[in-house]
Amino acid sequence: MAAVDVKSPAVPWRVRLARLDRMGSPYLYVAPFFILFAVFGLYPLGYTGALALTDQSPLDPQTSFVGLDNFATLAGDPKFWTAVRNTLGMFVLATVPQLLLALALANWLNRALRGIGLFRIAVAIPIVTSTAVVALVFGMFFARDYGLVNWVLEGVGIGGIDWRAERYAAWVAIASMVDWRWTGYNALIYLAAMQAIPRNLYEVAEIDGASRTRQFWQITVPLLQPTIIFTVIISTIGGMQLFVEPLLFTSGAGALSGGTLGQFQTVTMYLVQTMRAYHQWGYAAAIALLLFGLIVLVSAVNFLLVRRIRGER
Amino acid sequence: MTAAPAAPARVRRGGPLAAAGLVAAAVLSFFPLYWMVVVASRTNDVVYRWPPAFLPGGNLGENVRRVLANQDAAILKGIANSFLVAGTITVSTVFFGALAGFAFAKLRFRGRHALLLSILLTMMVPIQLGILPLYIMMIKFGWLNDIKAVIAPFLISGFGIFLMRQYTLQAIPDELIEAGRVDGCSTWRVFWHIVLPGLRPAAGVLGLLTFMQHWNEFFWPFIVLADPGNPTVQISLHTLNSAYHQDLSQIFAGMVIATVPLIVIFILFFRQIISGIMEGALKQ
Repeated sequence: MAAVDVKSPAVPWRVRLARLDRMGSPYLYVAPFFILFAVFGLYPLGYTGALALTDQSPLDPQTSFVGLDNFATLAGDPKFWTAVRNTLGMFVLATVPQLLLALALANWLNRALRGIGLFRIAVAIPIVTSTAVVALVFGMFFARDYGLVNWVLEGVGIGGIDWRAERYAAWVAIASMVDWRWTGYNALIYLAAMQAIPRNLYEVAEIDGASRTRQFWQITVPLLQPTIIFTVIISTIGGMQLFVEPLLFTSGAGALSGGTLGQFQTVTMYLVQTMRAYHQWGYAAAIALLLFGLIVLVSAVNFLLVRRIRGER
Repeated sequence: MTAAPAAPARVRRGGPLAAAGLVAAAVLSFFPLYWMVVVASRTNDVVYRWPPAFLPGGNLGENVRRVLANQDAAILKGIANSFLVAGTITVSTVFFGALAGFAFAKLRFRGRHALLLSILLTMMVPIQLGILPLYIMMIKFGWLNDIKAVIAPFLISGFGIFLMRQYTLQAIPDELIEAGRVDGCSTWRVFWHIVLPGLRPAAGVLGLLTFMQHWNEFFWPFIVLADPGNPTVQISLHTLNSAYHQDLSQIFAGMVIATVPLIVIFILFFRQIISGIMEGALKQ
């Protein structure tokens, strides 16, 4: 650009100032983000990598370099793999029904119906509720004795389930918290995408004699594919970091263990437990890195899976 | 940026299945919050009721008094802190989001595409990844159990910048900015007097979503505000729940207190919140 002219003595200082303003101020305006990210994002990221190669602990003034020992220990750490299994299990239980329900809900919200605006407001309510509140309310729903869910189940002949003691029961209970909070959110996102689908596509299908159900699976879902990918990735990132719901599912000091046998301890809970209860910072850093790897891996797998939704058109 | 109204001519009519499904969804959405009020307004006997209680009792005032008096939970302090934290982050996120968003949308500078892309990439990095170094930093800053620790890392969001850039692109015509330039406005004055007023609707949506998100934030405050005495409101709830003798009617009264500000915001601004979500504006 005309940067050469800046120092030319023929140019009056006002013009020079204006030019400096034009060229310099954009960087000034975007700089705050990068400064903040460097301090609180990038630097911790690199530091985590370095920390994972040590045995640093706040209890021990001596820190030594241990190479990849932490990762080797993790590979044979049953608590870690249990946490991975729990996280994946609860993720699948939470996400699959959630997104299917959200699709159905969006399809209904996309109809002309008396009071449709009120229904859109209603499904948005869970989003403003804090995760802690959701976890505590649902924790009471899923009480073993006198719990609401067991009361309903007893009505259909299923005896008192101990939701906190049994692994799969706990997964279902925790997954239901995630579902309650996020189904409406995803439904509204799908609704926005559905409103963008041209109406005449359905009219043509109607003339060809395609049923409503067929239209939904062959027109709506394939056209929603980019939006579905977005929601799946967002759910994956959130689901792999699941923390508050299982933490508040039990009360008391041992909540980070996720049940007596760790039956619902997630990777993030194990990470915080290693850091706060066991004081093994180096080891915790290694867990953090593997958690990130897990997020990337599961996101990639889900991306490839969802990309196959195309319908047989 | 209002919720798209149903266009009757183009939209299919809903049948009984749709109506039934929507009613069920609405009831399920309301019920847990209704239940929260039921438990919060009864005595602790509610825990041993069979069948469970479905109607509110008359004990809400008493339970609220007890939870406000609970020294360990410090819920009043928690609410004040949460307003401070969420409020500061909201103002800062909106301001810096608008400023950088304006730069990316309307100013030409070398490397702007690469910089924008790098901001999008940073949005993928979860806080858990850097949790240990962040924690160690807070110890070194002397910010442990200090409210600064839960504000500083979140003052600017890449998501906010991206949202404001998108809105600036569609809402602020280039001619308007050129006209300001011709009148001799500096870049800053163009931003302050021409762009920022035009961004008000988007700023509102971003502000609401940011406030809600940080009012509800749990993970990072749980890490750095571990000692009792200076909590955010969500941490107060956690403290109540961790007590040796679980006092459910007190916990639930605390939950009602923690939820009221958000319900008020929701009632006042549901239109903006819903349209914000529908534009993919809320990050999980």
